[in-house]
Amino acid sequence: MVKNPLSFQLKAEDFLPATEEEKQGLVVMRESVGFWRDSLRRLVKNKVAMVSLFVIIVIMFFSFVVPSFYPYSYEQQQKGAENLRPMTYSQAELDRIANGEKVTPHFLGTDKLGRDYAVRIMVGSRISMTVGLVAAVIILVIGALYGSIAAFFGGWVDIIMMRIVDIIYTIPDVLLIVLISIALKGPLAGLSSQAAFGWVGIVGPNLVSIFIVFALLYWVGMARIVRSQVLVLRESEYVTAAKALGAGNGRIIRKHLLTNCIGTLIVTTTLQIPSSIFTESYLSFLGLGVAAPLPSLGSLASTAINGMNTYPYLLIAPALLISLIILSFNLFGDGLRDAFDPKLKK
Amino acid sequence: MTKYICKRLFMAVLTVFVVATLTFFLMNAVPGGPYEAEKSISPQAKAALEAKFGLDKPLFEQYLTYLKNILHGDFGPSLKQRGRNVIDIILTKFPVSAKVGIISVMVSLLVGVPVGCIAAVNRGKISDSAIIVIATVGIAVPSFVVCSLSMYFFGVKLRWLPTVGLTTWKHYVMPVFSLSFYPTTYIVRLMRSSMLDVLGQDYMRTAKAKGVSRAVSLFKHALRNAVLPVVTYLGPMMAYTLTGSFIIEKVFTIPGLGGEFVSSITNRDYMMIMGTTIFLATLMVAINFLVDIVYKIIDPRINLK
Repeated sequence: MVKNPLSFQLKAEDFLPATEEEKQGLVVMRESVGFWRDSLRRLVKNKVAMVSLFVIIVIMFFSFVVPSFYPYSYEQQQKGAENLRPMTYSQAELDRIANGEKVTPHFLGTDKLGRDYAVRIMVGSRISMTVGLVAAVIILVIGALYGSIAAFFGGWVDIIMMRIVDIIYTIPDVLLIVLISIALKGPLAGLSSQAAFGWVGIVGPNLVSIFIVFALLYWVGMARIVRSQVLVLRESEYVTAAKALGAGNGRIIRKHLLTNCIGTLIVTTTLQIPSSIFTESYLSFLGLGVAAPLPSLGSLASTAINGMNTYPYLLIAPALLISLIILSFNLFGDGLRDAFDPKLKK
Repeated sequence: MTKYICKRLFMAVLTVFVVATLTFFLMNAVPGGPYEAEKSISPQAKAALEAKFGLDKPLFEQYLTYLKNILHGDFGPSLKQRGRNVIDIILTKFPVSAKVGIISVMVSLLVGVPVGCIAAVNRGKISDSAIIVIATVGIAVPSFVVCSLSMYFFGVKLRWLPTVGLTTWKHYVMPVFSLSFYPTTYIVRLMRSSMLDVLGQDYMRTAKAKGVSRAVSLFKHALRNAVLPVVTYLGPMMAYTLTGSFIIEKVFTIPGLGGEFVSSITNRDYMMIMGTTIFLATLMVAINFLVDIVYKIIDPRINLK
């Protein structure tokens, strides 16, 4: 039958079930890869980054988990066990070994007050890690909000907010950190004696003042980076669409703008960790860090300098560990940056 | 250009003003005030001292006098070193720090720039990889680690170099090495990546095509363009050198301003802390200001707002 070309009649054979061959043609050959999966794949391929991640995890295990079941505590002073060399025992401990007891050796010896040095180093690196991680979170929250608000509203808001950032940026940070931590010492110590603020005493007033300093000064770099990203993103269609649908400014910033620069946020935050650890060890070395008897890698190194002629390992151990921590975070951060950068996609 | 300079100058002055204000109010927030540490002082003497330095007046009035005094270069007397003014101490100690600092900056530039270029030109070869590894590790080592370890190995173990003071050229080796270590590794990385960038540019190929020799193209075309990011790093590097001097001078017992600042922190010499902070902050802001203007002059493409 000759079909009229203008006919609306449908062809019956178009509605037959598809053959196996046709079905095969529609099967997706490669699973579509999302942003996270893709970045993760690239990160796992990066050997340097994976090794640094492994080192970070090992150090974290030793600084957060091991001290809780280690036979010595960081402030426990053992009489007669002062200034022991690594792997040696005091007289009392030798007696106990002779009696058949098992005594954990002092892997790194003891300091001049008879405290086990290995556990002090572990607790010291816990302080460094905590400072690095907490400071990074503080910087992330403040910097991301500040930068995105400045960029989103633009105009006068942006100009004023970024001038403030410029001023903080030019102020030499270490000078202000020193100044602020001196000024905060007293008030925070007073605060810790009050019932509701007991946690300040537990964390230590100096540590809290370090966090406050980071919160006050260190977010500016993050704010600048986020601002430059948001300036581009806010012109995109989905922001206009969200606005048209009646989304508020807060919702747009949180749900649309910040989630779209998540890669930058993660990378910048990770790279912020080593620089915070750097600053903390610097302050502790100058004697402005955590209060005794709590050790920090900086203060351990600083104390060890006086006796380095006789007890060099007391200096070398914390010095190498802090360098290793900073190096691993640096390399891992670089790996993350490469993984999240779509321009490097292979 | 003039407009730009005026704008930057205004920002610089504003920054110094903010620092001075912050310093004043932070130091006033320290409980007990500056004379509290003097335990031996009698109430009458304390009142007399407070009257002498105007500490009995309202806070705002004190602030105004303080600003006026700063403008005259008067930071008040040192609380611990009797009979000496803060500004005198700063002026006698600062030249020592400046000497070490300037030598360190020169060393970082003279080592960092050529090494970074060598790495970039030999891209992918063993020398390049070795330089990258050293620079990557070096950038992670805090200055106190460098100075204490070098002091241990070269000063205490091998006894090659003196560890205390600053009298002969040998005394300068370790402090300068420790202070320039981090900036040098930073400049190497910066220089390498910017040189690689420049070497891939079209004008480098053009230069080669028109028969310019390798040396001329490297020194005249590539280096001039590649060195620009290093100029921007000058400001942060100066800041690092100044603050790094606190540690170096403490460890090597150098009679400079950094060591003085650290000991004034431990002694709670508030006047000294305030004076040094404002002095160093002004210095850094001034350096940043100069660097910005120099950058604008040598690279007219950059149109900073």
